[in-house]
Amino acid sequence: MKIHTYEKAFVWVGALVLIACAGALTYASLGMGIHLPGRVAEVDPNQVRNTPPFDQPGVREIGPGRYEVVMLGQIWSFLPGEIRVPAGSEVTFTATSADVIHGLFIERTRLNLMLIPGQVSRNTIRFSEPGEHLIICHEYCGIGHHTMAGKVIVE
Amino acid sequence: MSAPIVLDPHGYEFPADQKRYIRWTIYIGYVALVAGVFHGLAQALSYARIDILGYFPGLRGYYQGLTAHGVANVLIFTFAFSNGFLPLVTARALSEPLVPGLVRAVFWTLLVGNLLVIYAVVSNQASVLFTAYAPLQAHWTFYLGLVLVVVSTWLALVNQLIPYRRWRRANPGARVPLLAFIAIVTYVMWFLASLPIATSFLGFLLPWSLGLVPRTDPLYTRTLFWFTGHAVVYAWLLPAYVSWYAMIPRQVGGKLISDSYTRIVFLLFLLLSIPTGFHHQYTDPGVPIGMKALHGVLTFGLFLPSLATAFSVMASLEIGGRARGGRGLFGWIRTLPWGDPSVTAQLLAMLAFILGGITGLVNASFTMNQVIHNTTWVPGHFHLTVGTAVALTFMGVAYWLIPYLTGRALFSRGLALASSWIYAIGVFVFARGMISGGIAGLPRRTFLAQAAYSSPDWELAGALTGVGGTIMFIGVMLFFVVIGLTIIGGRPGAGPRDIPVAETITAPAAHGWERGLDRLGWWVAATVVLIAIAYGPFFVSYAPRLVSPGFRLF
Repeated sequence: MKIHTYEKAFVWVGALVLIACAGALTYASLGMGIHLPGRVAEVDPNQVRNTPPFDQPGVREIGPGRYEVVMLGQIWSFLPGEIRVPAGSEVTFTATSADVIHGLFIERTRLNLMLIPGQVSRNTIRFSEPGEHLIICHEYCGIGHHTMAGKVIVE
Repeated sequence: MSAPIVLDPHGYEFPADQKRYIRWTIYIGYVALVAGVFHGLAQALSYARIDILGYFPGLRGYYQGLTAHGVANVLIFTFAFSNGFLPLVTARALSEPLVPGLVRAVFWTLLVGNLLVIYAVVSNQASVLFTAYAPLQAHWTFYLGLVLVVVSTWLALVNQLIPYRRWRRANPGARVPLLAFIAIVTYVMWFLASLPIATSFLGFLLPWSLGLVPRTDPLYTRTLFWFTGHAVVYAWLLPAYVSWYAMIPRQVGGKLISDSYTRIVFLLFLLLSIPTGFHHQYTDPGVPIGMKALHGVLTFGLFLPSLATAFSVMASLEIGGRARGGRGLFGWIRTLPWGDPSVTAQLLAMLAFILGGITGLVNASFTMNQVIHNTTWVPGHFHLTVGTAVALTFMGVAYWLIPYLTGRALFSRGLALASSWIYAIGVFVFARGMISGGIAGLPRRTFLAQAAYSSPDWELAGALTGVGGTIMFIGVMLFFVVIGLTIIGGRPGAGPRDIPVAETITAPAAHGWERGLDRLGWWVAATVVLIAIAYGPFFVSYAPRLVSPGFRLF
């Protein structure tokens, strides 16, 4: 098969760009500690309100400058609906849904989790600057979906 | 042994009865699209904080309309077109007739499937959006109707494979004509890809909706959805590629540069379209990170055949432009037949696809995906890809296909050209709005006009989305005017006698390894192995947990 020189060059340059992009992502993931959520734990969504830690949603300090937020998504609100943490703290969100699939998205951050009934979602981010962020349910969850929101206040 | 090359250059006449059924199969898609784009307009304006739903005929609920928009535009319009187009070009390329009973069966199955879905959506018993994530539960007619839509695509594939087998018997050892090969690979890929969604609907959601099983597994059914859900976008895109590779070169007076290269591109899509679904689930719990990474790498691999396509298609355009007197580095662009609405629509579609591809690379980018997942960035991206690269190409193809099938001349070239330009300008404004909104955290699938929250960063983005969406709506309405008036008022007997089939500069090789490219069975086997590697670990390590009852919250 004869492949035109330009075509060969074009595909090779494209492949190298893709490899460079993949390398940057690998560095972000391994070198900078930006992680995706993975397989964490399971919970019966019908019993979730009586199952630790989701029986007591809220913010806990787990170390100096480190917090854990246990959060429950439900139609059509977040529990807790408002979170206060000091600036510079590292916050781990542990969350699930009590009914349908919800989204847990904190705008202007990379905290972006799907809340799937039966599965526990977890990820960690740092809030560097003081200010307010919306918590938005960004997965359609029924007729009241656009009213489902909360707030993070970084003090 | 050398392989003879068989290609019948003479016109091939389809029986009038088959042309009629193929036409009506495609019309089902147009009817769906009319309903779909009205709701598209309502959603675009909602992002500009204008709520027109109160004045709306038909559906009143935002999410009911959003379900109709998604189902009609990406499931019905696309597959109705492909169900007509792919068997038609296969039969033409092989000069073998289609099976008349199957042509009819495709139409009736698609029609009945549609009626069931329309009943479910219009009666507001299925406002679950086209992704239909459990445990939101739709009426059983919604799942059954969509299964029938999928079955209609399987019947269309059978109607490609039967003429193909007949042709193989009549021409032992011959190379398969390129147009037939790529049209068949498209629906073979889709057949494999459609099995998980069929499993999810028939095995889980339909019995659950009927009350036969009380609970279902949201993660499992969602994973089955995305097992199909990335490949489905290539099932929409590849029929457009069939036109770009095998027809557009003829329409612009050029030639396709390489036969083997084209086959390899389509085989890469067959291999890689399916084992990439986890990149839609990067932010999901329950899927191990290593599996997400593997799918991320394979998704990057999937960019290669599209890069190769960019080169091949552009080269054939340049050959055409230069043959028409174009000079200099870019002079050939000006001499392309911009007065031909079929060509212009598809050139604009290609332009949109460049931006669609780049934004897609960001979606696929593992950790970076967290910034934009489920924001309006994503619909910004896919209105450039399926919403323009695919939809505008299908409109461009319609400008010769509908005259070919009806025997009537296109009603108005001027209106058809205006439609394409208006639509393309609209989508660039719209996508600029949605993409910038997404970066600022604007959520997708949200009735923003009545949302409980807002952000000043979203105002310009929302306004551009509303303005762009309105312009797109005008463009697509003009398309319906042109097609409608062609069907009822086009000059009879003035349609094209044959479909445009491009020649290739490098003909199919008669000897050597390239003949192996035609061994579809091998390639399907290799695809199945790759799918097993990519999806096996998940399905081995995770059995369905039937935990969720159904919720009907609409």
